[in-house]
Amino acid sequence: MKCSVCSTEDATIHLTEIVNSKMMELHLCEQCAYEKGTDIKQYFNFSDLLAGIADKDTVESSLSTEVSKCSQCNSTFEDFSKSGRLGCPHCYVSFKTSLNSLVKRIHRSTKHIGKRPKKVPGELKPQIELRKLQEQLRILVEKEAFEEAVKVRDLIKKLEVPKKKVKKKNGS
Amino acid sequence: MDLKSFIDSPCEWLKATGPDHDIVMSSRVRLARNLEGYPFSQKLSKDERKTLIEEVKLSAQSSTKLKNAFFVETQNLNEMDRRFFVERHLMSVEHANNKDNVGLCFTKTESVSVMVIEEDHLRIQVIQSGFDLMKCWKLIDQVDNQLEKKLSFAFDNTLGYLTACPTNVGTGLRASCMLHLPCLVMTKQINKVLQALSKLNLAVRGLYGEGTEASGNFFQISNQSTLGQSEIDIIDGFEKVIRQIIDNEREARKTLSEKKQQKFFDQIWRALGVLKSARIMTSKEATGLLSMLRLGMDIEVIKGLNRKNLNELLIFAQPAHLQKRKGKTLNPDERDIERATLIRETLSKVQIV
Repeated sequence: MKCSVCSTEDATIHLTEIVNSKMMELHLCEQCAYEKGTDIKQYFNFSDLLAGIADKDTVESSLSTEVSKCSQCNSTFEDFSKSGRLGCPHCYVSFKTSLNSLVKRIHRSTKHIGKRPKKVPGELKPQIELRKLQEQLRILVEKEAFEEAVKVRDLIKKLEVPKKKVKKKNGS
Repeated sequence: MDLKSFIDSPCEWLKATGPDHDIVMSSRVRLARNLEGYPFSQKLSKDERKTLIEEVKLSAQSSTKLKNAFFVETQNLNEMDRRFFVERHLMSVEHANNKDNVGLCFTKTESVSVMVIEEDHLRIQVIQSGFDLMKCWKLIDQVDNQLEKKLSFAFDNTLGYLTACPTNVGTGLRASCMLHLPCLVMTKQINKVLQALSKLNLAVRGLYGEGTEASGNFFQISNQSTLGQSEIDIIDGFEKVIRQIIDNEREARKTLSEKKQQKFFDQIWRALGVLKSARIMTSKEATGLLSMLRLGMDIEVIKGLNRKNLNELLIFAQPAHLQKRKGKTLNPDERDIERATLIRETLSKVQIV
């Protein structure tokens, strides 16, 4: 196969990516690949891929309902689009809707099946619980089911209190 | 760190044993893990880096699989040392080029290693010679369990192990095989294979993993999807695909030996001629010719060399290894001369059958 840029040398570098279940191919010889090095990078820029993979409407609509910054590391979803890397584990909660749509398209699944850590670390449990409750509260408020929302809010308060106490102790 | 003792020490995955080791040079499984309570690698502060590396070091020392392992930090390594580890497949190019301090933990046989602060906090890796991914999985599963005793990995009930890039989320598992496919290249079937692989959501890379091109008929093939299937199912499905490629390569070898024997053998003997005579040789030329020599051994038209030495030559002829051996920095021209010398010496007893 000849290089698709100079069409004289044999292509030794074959780049293939799947975007929207369509295959994109590029066959290059070493010299052209070297010269076009930056072009290739841009061509397969992660944000382009992301735009191709993620359902744009979902991302846009979720961006308006989701927080603009991760509460723990201050990363924005735009940062992720640019670098292809999230800021911290909590980003998966902060940008849940957009990421779930993306994850589904990458892996054709959103449910982990397989190994789990043997222990859920002591610190982790309340955190996971808290996240779930906060999510519940948000939905209840949206539904205007205030009576139930108050109950959930009280549960959140209970979980948050011991944490603060510990912090104060450490501080003094 | 003194790397001298490593120069001649053969890494275990090069020893040319294990099932189908003529076509599958090595099998590898890696797991991506991150520690709860820290931001991902890119966002770590200097202090966080320090404590994270320390935490991983302690957990490695208290595990049975890694307690005697070496632990190095890149702040103590020069550029050539880092390149050496890349050539040994213990570091990725990205990891080695990190300007900040990062860590690497590896066992004496180099079959188990952990890159600390790569794209993810931990990239645990197990490499074995030949086609044996289940063996890799069993070992890495144990290492992961042992490390977990002292470390809290970021994990979500629905999404699984959380990773810096969503492409690795879930199991964080990547299985890969380094395949030598000269006859699929010669019979021009390789592009069909590569196209089929991308349809199956498998990635193809070069000798040194991400960001490197395939050269000298060596292809590293790996799974892309990490979520929605158990580790065993991922490996099982991947093995089935690799099995088919192995069969195709064997078929192509048979066809060439039977139908185009003279032209086929001639290419191998010519390669041997150049390898035994050349005084100057680039890395790229060496990889291509050594690939032909490897094929010549597989189809038994060449004698006088064992597979382990040949596999090692592919690594020892790389720039950092040549310089480490010589004990000084060499410019590219000097390296090409040194490489040709090393190859001539190693192949002095090799003959046509």
